Amino acid sequence: MAVSLRESVQLVSDPRNLDASVEEVFQTMLGVSCRRDPGPAVMEPESVTAVVGFGGLLSGACVFKSGSAAAMMIAAHMTGMEFHEVDDTVKDGIGEICNMLAGAWKGKVPALAANCGLSVPAVITGRDYNLRVQAPEFRLNHTYRFEGESFEVTIVCDGIQ
Amino acid sequence: MSEFRTLIVDDSSVMRKIVERTLRQAGLSLTAVYEAGSGSEGLDVLKAKQVDLILSDINMPSMDGLEFLRQIRAQNLAPGVPVVMITTESSEEHVKQAILAGAQGYIRKPFTAEQVKERVLPLVHAT
Repeated sequence: MAVSLRESVQLVSDPRNLDASVEEVFQTMLGVSCRRDPGPAVMEPESVTAVVGFGGLLSGACVFKSGSAAAMMIAAHMTGMEFHEVDDTVKDGIGEICNMLAGAWKGKVPALAANCGLSVPAVITGRDYNLRVQAPEFRLNHTYRFEGESFEVTIVCDGIQ
Repeated sequence: MSEFRTLIVDDSSVMRKIVERTLRQAGLSLTAVYEAGSGSEGLDVLKAKQVDLILSDINMPSMDGLEFLRQIRAQNLAPGVPVVMITTESSEEHVKQAILAGAQGYIRKPFTAEQVKERVLPLVHAT
């Protein structure tokens, strides 16, 4: 029997799954508590964005975006190193965080976990850019805060079967 | 055996360091840690070095972890050496594919030192 996620769209787009995924990844891999913040993320002009694509029964992307300071702090927690610029190690760490967030998020729904693949992460750095997806099926955009820094995680679904 | 030579295959250098650190936290005494950024690099390491344990990601460019596993078996590299997949992919289907390809263990990212200890130590102590 063909598997379909169309009937499970409410479950797939449940915002609590994203919150639980972010908390799990930050607590387990960084050892820090991270909570959803109702306000917008405080963004420096210079930001770091990681994107992991979804393919299969659900197509779209998981997008992590933070300012440079938050990105360096996350990489510092991951590696035990100190960073003064967004170098390749910081970008690599942020890409991996996005990868784990995407994996943890899709793992919350068994049909999604089994029928949706992940791309390798792409990391973008720069200033004054926006992500635009035309007519998404659904979009979750949450801000989180840890140790005085904030970041955004966005799940964009542009197709579901 | 109480000291181990390990190959860690992951396209993320940060994740390779985290895996190494976690293995040490789990109580493994590592005498050599070889790193590879893809399955094909991992095969090159195995042709040149002897290892006691292999940990590999699945989603990697160039050659993914499952093909890496198949090639290890097809080329009879590292016979008897346990291979543990460490990956964000967690469905039963992915686990099944990894086991069929020759993996002895499977750890989902994010992971704790305790989980690594539980899944890896019995394998290395059995060899």
